[in-house]
Amino acid sequence: MSSLLFFSAAVQAGTPLLFATLGEILTEKSGNLNLGVEGLMLIGAVAGFAAGMATQSVILAILFAAIAGAAAGCLYAFLTVTLRANQVVTGLSLTIFGTGVSGFAGKYLMGLVLPESMKAVFVNFRVPLLGSIPVLGDVFFNQNVFVYFGYLLAIGMGLYLSYSRYGLNLRTVGENPYAADASGIQVSTYKYVHIMIGSAISALGGAYLSLVYVPAWQENVTAGRGWIAVALVIFAMWSPYKAILGAFLFGGLDIIGFRIQSMDIAISQYLIDMTPYLVTILVLIMNSVFKKRDQAPGALSVSYFREER
Amino acid sequence: MLRIAKRQSISKRKSAFIRISGILSALVLMSFFLLAMGLNPFKVYGAMIAGCFGSFYRFRQTIELMIPLSLAALGIMIAFKMKFWNIGAEGQILMGAMAASFVALNMPELPKPVLLTLMGVAGLLVGGLWAFIPAIFKVKYETNETLFTLMMNYIAIKFVIYLQYGPWKDPGAMGFPKIPNFVDGAIIPELFGVHIGWVILIALTVLFYVLLNKTKLGYEISVIGESQNTARYAGMNVNRVVLLSLFMSGAICGLVGMIQASGVAGTLTSGLAGGMGYTAIIVAWLSQMQIQFVPVIGLLFAVLVQGASYIQTAFQIPQSAAEILQGIILFFALGSEFFVKYTLHSIKESKTKEKVKGAAYE
Amino acid sequence: MNVIELKNITKRFGTVTANDHVNFDLEAGEIHAILGENGAGKSSLMNVLAGVYQPEIGEIYLRGERVTIPSPRHSIKMGIGMIHQHFKLVECHTVLENMIAGVSGKFFMNQKKLSKEIEDLSERYGLKINPNARIDTLSVAEKQRVEILKVLYRGAKVLILDEPTAVLTPQETDNLFEILRKLKSDGHAMIIITHKLDEVIAISDRITVMRKGVKIKTLINENLSPRELTNEMVGKAVELTIECPATDCRNTLLNVENLRILNSDGRPVLGGISFDLSGGEILGVAGVAGSGQKELCESIAGLETIKDGQIKFNNSDITGRSPREILELGISMSFVPEDRLGMGLVAGMDLVENVLLKSYRDKKGLFVDREAAKAHADLLVDKLNIDTPDIYTPVRQLSGGNIQKVLLGREIEMQPELIITAYPARGLDVGSAHKVYDLLNEQKLQNNGIMFIGEDLDVLLEISDRIMVLCEGKITGIVKADEVSKEDLGYLMAGRSLEGGHSNA
Repeated sequence: MSSLLFFSAAVQAGTPLLFATLGEILTEKSGNLNLGVEGLMLIGAVAGFAAGMATQSVILAILFAAIAGAAAGCLYAFLTVTLRANQVVTGLSLTIFGTGVSGFAGKYLMGLVLPESMKAVFVNFRVPLLGSIPVLGDVFFNQNVFVYFGYLLAIGMGLYLSYSRYGLNLRTVGENPYAADASGIQVSTYKYVHIMIGSAISALGGAYLSLVYVPAWQENVTAGRGWIAVALVIFAMWSPYKAILGAFLFGGLDIIGFRIQSMDIAISQYLIDMTPYLVTILVLIMNSVFKKRDQAPGALSVSYFREER
Repeated sequence: MLRIAKRQSISKRKSAFIRISGILSALVLMSFFLLAMGLNPFKVYGAMIAGCFGSFYRFRQTIELMIPLSLAALGIMIAFKMKFWNIGAEGQILMGAMAASFVALNMPELPKPVLLTLMGVAGLLVGGLWAFIPAIFKVKYETNETLFTLMMNYIAIKFVIYLQYGPWKDPGAMGFPKIPNFVDGAIIPELFGVHIGWVILIALTVLFYVLLNKTKLGYEISVIGESQNTARYAGMNVNRVVLLSLFMSGAICGLVGMIQASGVAGTLTSGLAGGMGYTAIIVAWLSQMQIQFVPVIGLLFAVLVQGASYIQTAFQIPQSAAEILQGIILFFALGSEFFVKYTLHSIKESKTKEKVKGAAYE
Repeated sequence: MNVIELKNITKRFGTVTANDHVNFDLEAGEIHAILGENGAGKSSLMNVLAGVYQPEIGEIYLRGERVTIPSPRHSIKMGIGMIHQHFKLVECHTVLENMIAGVSGKFFMNQKKLSKEIEDLSERYGLKINPNARIDTLSVAEKQRVEILKVLYRGAKVLILDEPTAVLTPQETDNLFEILRKLKSDGHAMIIITHKLDEVIAISDRITVMRKGVKIKTLINENLSPRELTNEMVGKAVELTIECPATDCRNTLLNVENLRILNSDGRPVLGGISFDLSGGEILGVAGVAGSGQKELCESIAGLETIKDGQIKFNNSDITGRSPREILELGISMSFVPEDRLGMGLVAGMDLVENVLLKSYRDKKGLFVDREAAKAHADLLVDKLNIDTPDIYTPVRQLSGGNIQKVLLGREIEMQPELIITAYPARGLDVGSAHKVYDLLNEQKLQNNGIMFIGEDLDVLLEISDRIMVLCEGKITGIVKADEVSKEDLGYLMAGRSLEGGHSNA
């Protein structure tokens, strides 16, 4: 029984990672590497919580978090797409800025508690039919609505990228912006739109933390999850479907510390805390040693300028 | 309609003008925020300066911030010159500090000069190793160094926390998870009231300036950084130079860790680096890959941080405001680079009549 | 009626004027060739039509109406389709994905239906292609077909082809011309950019000659001779003859035995090559681009991994050695690569720093001797007439010809016994090109050996003593330059052999 609970908790712990990863996948598919995911999550967390406290409405809270994320994404897009700034440094700056803004705004939110009416929205419920499947049903389909939203988003993104025209155009932009331009695709527009949407999704990952998982605003509520997400994108090989797997795996590793303690294994919790990062390094190494066809978008982190001569 | 064109070349004066204008614009923008909070920007900026240089104590604080920032930036710059995006300075600093602490805690009876030298060497070696590991994988398998070095940071922090709560926990601290303080023999001496880190900074700045601009190795580093193909073609042993440079990069950060542990904290804590590794990246980037600017930009950032800390109590402005200002300055600096590299023209637009074509075949 | 008219088009890049008040028109249903040497401004002009470049001055008229073309999207909407010299395809996507990208339609793509549409289109024009093949599995000629289909699918009535035959064998060129004639009979108008005279005469209705950014004249293709056209292209009557002095030293400098090289997918790029090169001779190397020339040069210079075989220089084995090791062995070999700014020079550095590239180890100790390099750089500028503001200007700002002079000059100053040079005259104006040939002949007379990879068969025939022809990684023939004709070389390049006699000239 306790195993099932553990896996179920892993899904919950993995959900913020899933959102952050999905958002970054979309951004990277457009050819831009955004290292500011941690900042985006923090912005989403503080914006969502603040809106929630102010309006007492879950929908508005989530909406506001998404908009805040999109705004930050717009800033990042403006710098890297229009002004062709260095993407690594811009992303790092966004993290610093996001940490500052959220810390500043969050000062007024410390210690506040969400109203019960809002907490009630995120109560677990079973999905009819799917929830009755033994084992899988208990783990995956007896969760709160935010988690289900995560599944839908991942599947939706996967379908979008593989089967829709816009998805194809986006992939072309990320692989070879010169080819995209010559085909008549508006490279900048595609980048802007998808970076902003991707940033909004990543911000929602932060909102999940402050509205559902903790739920509260704390400084550093994200605890580095944004950085893990950047690695998860690679682990998932830029596939939204694989991101589901990766996010829950890492979610599990995140909480495994407590479980092991209660099982009287004499490994320090702090050493176990290291495992997600060790695993990611392992994945990084494996991906590069056993080089399959390159899965990274061909033009990732390259600024595009039409009149290259 | 505005059109963008790449500049062929730009005078040093013009580029400096553009960059400085960018930073000034950031300060102006911040002033608006301060006004919105009901504060007088000039008073605030003035207080920031006073908070850095107003008394010897404050001046020392500023310098103590500047030293590790600039030193780490020096190290990072060497890596960046190789187009190796080393964002692992944070971890390299911590691991260097850990190594130095290991020496300090286990050999306290050694005479001071010996002990300090050993600590320095330990910091250099382990910091260098911490950068070397991702470097080897980059060289051999093209593993993405940005993410590898990032993960190494987290491992380093978690490892130090582990030590702090576990094997190195101070039994005399009444249950509080803390590593014991160093003996006096493990504390680096002061010169003119500030720990000799500043001497090390000056020495290394000069050393690296000469290294990068006048020596064969420095020449190889710049060629490899610009074009590995060309370097290989010219017969350079690219891998050897890359690995050596990246080891040096990490080693300097490791030395920073030793200096911080020995000269500032007097012990090892998980918060020893405190985000400095990331700020140093920005200092390195803002210095435009020129060694001589590093101490200057480092000082500017130290002023920012120290000043912010000072006005926190004076004006009740939270620490996060400093981060916001840092972020804004960076955005403007990044944005102004655009104007250094490109120019804008306007072209007259005439009526565009588009002929829409059907499919090519009927 | 004119389908397209360009008036007074002027395009500048910094201080370089690529197009200088150019007038051009295209009539309905015609094939119009734009002829000119490298740097004449042909591609720039067409890029204006394609919406890639914006002219500083000038007007564009489409069927008599004034238009502007601010982006490729607008160009496509107007029915103009450009097939670029360097294909703009996504290698890891399929043909279908490349063709559909950017085309509007239903949100979710119906793969089957679209596949059928593409197949129908390709049948119609004889452009056989498999819609589900990945681009990186296709041959160069097939990729070109995809590019042509791409523009046709988007409704192009005007096609612009930029140097379409540069990467094709003579037989593939004939296929392409068949396709173009079919398109013409279907009502399309075409512009072909090229510098190949024979092709121009074979396919075009009218010819516009450009030189150094200026339009010289437009001719109707009736009773024209290649000589006439060359004169227009080049300006004054230029000696097409290049010297080929005789030498008698015949010591074997380079000996290559059964060289095999594989590419990253494990497929053979060079499949067992053997040949000799002697001091005092120029060995020309001919072949369609991608036949293995690049890998051959780089493997000798130590920059490419060798699967099998042996390379000997003056009897010392240098197989698989790195450039560093070759240097240390005391071997004086010079490689002037095709990729000038990406390999031979550091684009962002100035002349002094680039001269240092080969000589920085000369001074003993830790430090670099920049004074010596400065003197060296001044010497080069003087001796070769290099056109540069000063020796501190980054080399990427120099024109193609001057960049080559820097590169070649630096290498020759080192007095190498063997010079391997890939496309040394590409992009150079006639004067500079002849200077390069003179330099190489000078070296030959000093009994040094030269391996000359070239694309201009006329030049190869004149300058080489012997010519080695590569086709798909194999040697199809090593012939004496004065015993073969251009057609013979074309045959060999296409993989056929010269059985017994030679082709009818």
